[in-house]
Amino acid sequence: MIYLSIFVLIPLAAVVVKAFAQGPSTFFDAITNSVALNALGVTLGASLVVAAISAVMGTLVAWVLVRDRFPGQRFVNALIDLPFALPTIVAGLTLVALYGPDSPFGLSLAYTRAGVLLALMFVTLPFVVRSVQPVLIDLNPEAEECAASLGASNWTTFRRIVFPSIRQSIVSGAALSFARGVGEFGAIVLLAGKVQIASIVIFADIESDAPQAAASLSVVLLLISLIILVLLRVLGNRHAH
Amino acid sequence: MRISTPARLSLRTVAVLYLAVLLLVPLGLVFYRTFQHGFSEAWGWMTTPAAISALSLTLLIAAIAVPLNTIFGIICAHVLVRGRVRGRAILDALIDLPFVVSPIIVGLALILVYGESGWFGNWFINHGIRIIYAPAGMVIATVFVSLPFVVREVAPVLREAGEEQEEAAATLGASWWQTFRRVTMPSIRWGVAYGVVLTSARALGEIGAVLVVSSNVAGSTLTLPLLVYQRDSQIGPEAVSGAYAAATELIVISLAVLLLMTLLGQRREQVR
Repeated sequence: MIYLSIFVLIPLAAVVVKAFAQGPSTFFDAITNSVALNALGVTLGASLVVAAISAVMGTLVAWVLVRDRFPGQRFVNALIDLPFALPTIVAGLTLVALYGPDSPFGLSLAYTRAGVLLALMFVTLPFVVRSVQPVLIDLNPEAEECAASLGASNWTTFRRIVFPSIRQSIVSGAALSFARGVGEFGAIVLLAGKVQIASIVIFADIESDAPQAAASLSVVLLLISLIILVLLRVLGNRHAH
Repeated sequence: MRISTPARLSLRTVAVLYLAVLLLVPLGLVFYRTFQHGFSEAWGWMTTPAAISALSLTLLIAAIAVPLNTIFGIICAHVLVRGRVRGRAILDALIDLPFVVSPIIVGLALILVYGESGWFGNWFINHGIRIIYAPAGMVIATVFVSLPFVVREVAPVLREAGEEQEEAAATLGASWWQTFRRVTMPSIRWGVAYGVVLTSARALGEIGAVLVVSSNVAGSTLTLPLLVYQRDSQIGPEAVSGAYAAATELIVISLAVLLLMTLLGQRREQVR
């Protein structure tokens, strides 16, 4: 507990105290000016979109990894963890290499919102896959076969049989993706230096010696993180019962 | 789901293509950019004094943060699973905080506490200890962001292993330490190992939190990820080649970590 306090709790408390050090009105000014509002809007919007894409594609990838058999599957399975193992700055650089100013494909997504989305899709890829996969493995294929033999189409089987059992893990994976997206910095800083994402605005505030503004915006992000943490805990408990 | 072959094939294609575009193509391109002017030039970029000191600082920070978090992780998992202290539920919830807090906020928080005008900053400066803009702060930042991994890997294994064997050992007269070393540790070792690998991956690659508390001076407080950032922000094609070279070093390290993750992950599943 002391260890946790020294490294985690006291520093986070300091951020909250700093945000309100000059009274609540400065705090509200700091988070309601146009730069901050715009940054929060872009951040939350991008994270929501990415969480949604991750939920769909992650479920699809998990299904293919569990129910399909093809050569090289184990390699693909190991590959899923790559964004966890790869430093985020490298992720950012790879995306710059691919889609940046001198891209071999002639696309230039850098400094645009699409670049941010792509960077976030990269770093959040494993969350949904890794939370859906084990549930899908434990799921008995008999119920699915039963539905199919009773004449249900693929889509109906998925919607009525598979989806209800993996819904919670999709949601918790997507929530983790969202949380990661809201706070992501390393992957975005190179690609989208000109886009005002919350974490980049905070960094700029720190660099320009405006800790109060930085702390205020941080408190908003912390609040979002806490909400997600509570949501995950509630989901986890429901899952356990 | 019994599903028609064309539908299955198209789902498979979509999944593999998605992964290839998102993961493999960018990595291949970084390798290409690194070595496009020949191996020796890339090697030159990797062996500049700045790059060597960045590599060793990265490894040093990981070498301090990982053992700290491993010891804490095992103790904490023990408290969470076996302990009967009050506030266990709160501790359990707080452990996950570093997973959801933005690394930039971590850096800011450390400045506010240990920086010059921070809560404890004066005390440390009066005692001649620099934390912010020095390696010590970078270690603290790394500890923060990689804190939950070992706890989260060990706790479920410990829960599954049960208490009976430990109790049996205790009734047979084993000391606390003997019980831990002979009974508990063997059953949780794969969980610990997997957690250590995850912690190392995060510790080696952290940028956001470390960037804020580093002074970004080559040779003293520049880690490998920071070097990538710094070289990429400089103008000119040479600096960019340098960034790609440093990134390749990081990719090699993380591929090794990924390989370990896969092997240990399989081993862990088997033991379960």
